[in-house]
Amino acid sequence: MIENRPLLVYVTHGVLILGLLVISFPIYIAFVASTHAVEDLIATVQPWFGGQLIENYLTVLRSGKQTAGGVPVSTMMFNSLIMALGITVGKIMISIISAYAIVFFRFPFRMFFFWIIFLTLMLPVEVRILPTYKVVADLGLLNTYAGLTLPLIASATATFLFRQFFLTVPDELVEAARVDGAGPVRFFLTILLPLSRTNIAALSVILFIYGWNQYLWPLLITTDTDMTTIVMGIQRMLFVADAVPEWNLTMATAMLAMLPPVVVVLVMQRQFVKGLVETEK
Amino acid sequence: MQKRVTFRNLWLPYLLLAPQVIVTLIFFIWPASQALFQSLLVEDPFGLRSEFVWFQNFEELFADPLYLDSLLITTVFSISTTFLALTSGLLLAVMADRVVKGAAAYKGALLWPYAVAPAVAGVLWLFLFSPANGIIALTLKTMGYDWNHVLNGGEAMLLVVLAAAWKQIAYNFLFFLAGLQMIPKSLLEAAAIDGAGPGKRFWTIIFPLLSPTTFFLLVVNVVYAFFDTFGIIHAVTSGGPAGATNILVYKVYADGFIGLDLGGSAAQSVVLMAIVITLTVVQFRYLERRVQY
Repeated sequence: MIENRPLLVYVTHGVLILGLLVISFPIYIAFVASTHAVEDLIATVQPWFGGQLIENYLTVLRSGKQTAGGVPVSTMMFNSLIMALGITVGKIMISIISAYAIVFFRFPFRMFFFWIIFLTLMLPVEVRILPTYKVVADLGLLNTYAGLTLPLIASATATFLFRQFFLTVPDELVEAARVDGAGPVRFFLTILLPLSRTNIAALSVILFIYGWNQYLWPLLITTDTDMTTIVMGIQRMLFVADAVPEWNLTMATAMLAMLPPVVVVLVMQRQFVKGLVETEK
Repeated sequence: MQKRVTFRNLWLPYLLLAPQVIVTLIFFIWPASQALFQSLLVEDPFGLRSEFVWFQNFEELFADPLYLDSLLITTVFSISTTFLALTSGLLLAVMADRVVKGAAAYKGALLWPYAVAPAVAGVLWLFLFSPANGIIALTLKTMGYDWNHVLNGGEAMLLVVLAAAWKQIAYNFLFFLAGLQMIPKSLLEAAAIDGAGPGKRFWTIIFPLLSPTTFFLLVVNVVYAFFDTFGIIHAVTSGGPAGATNILVYKVYADGFIGLDLGGSAAQSVVLMAIVITLTVVQFRYLERRVQY
């Protein structure tokens, strides 16, 4: 603080608290709605918690929402988890070894491969929806976990992050390893991988959120309701014809859909901030 | 850039690159080239024959009032979302930067909406504004305003902008706060001694010094509004009412998967690719400049 202005201190805290309230408001209302019975939410607003917290959550976890296909939310969460972990682990594995090849080796067509990988940065799924769908369909990967994860696994961002980091590894380290007789594989496993630990942790947080929150892709390639992920499952719950819109169950599902990524961000806040800042560099 | 010391091996680097290159070729390069090729074809309704028509699909696209509408809607949507998310993020970051006590607590509490999926953010806001039982919609009703985004295009747009901006504030807040903390305190103290108040200090010192961060966030937010908001639109309005929230990404999906107009959808994909590439190049050129600071 540069000068002492008591009034300004109050204004500052006031604005921040107001901001917090506005940001948290939708979540609060959703959580409140998820604790009520269906009848309580017809044409009325519930400002305070109801008594059906456990019933509602158990209902959606066990049997889902009957009017919207009745897929248990626990199944959806399991699918989302597999997808998120598959994308996280797969992306980190393939990008760390390709970055290793690009930085620590000299070989013909090195830059050519570098540019092929670089191109993917410019082509998010959203802009090549139909042809990618066709490829996955031709490979027979519709409604499979492989189809959910593989097309999202290649990414230039992770490769770049590792490349940037590898470039900062001192040459002396490589020389020392070579003098001691370590080959490329040994150097990678015993020196480079342990050094990359914090970067891998930071990237994992970001990729887990990215994978869990995927929406368009699972929407396209899963027609089998048993393969529904939770984020797209909510959308199916919204549009139910000729039935009481069971907002309490929909909101309970929304809370469950947010829970894992939000918990990851709160628990691993340091890695999250590091990952966010570094993937954008 | 390249390291001085490298390993020598004939086949290992190719083996290490193989997984990523194979996935990239199968799921990125091949489909993208298909989209490019398809955008030059017209297919008959049964998908039996296709004819090479050069740029006819593009000509039709830019003559189509629905597409031009969608372009305009996307512009309005991304400008409003970006503006709202940037100003709120900046305001909160400036305030959090001033706070001495409890800064970490505020930071933690403001970060987590980033982790909420766009589609889920959309559903939360949809519930707040649900005409039958949404708390905000019913409050507006008691004040004499009849909110119904299912019928009113402007209200639908406002709703998706609010949901999209709400999710993005956390991101902007984080980057603005990092930018603010890099500004040397001595500059601000010198200005204060010269008699500049907090407002004057903000506009003449902090805001100009923050401009690299602002510009970077501008690009990121526009990309977000263009591409990552598909879930919000799809879950909340499905492009409606009467196409009032039919942004480009949603239109590619709707025309291709529901309308089955393959050539037209591919042409739209190509236009989108051009937009992404332009934005990426802008971002990278700017990033190079920032390195020299």
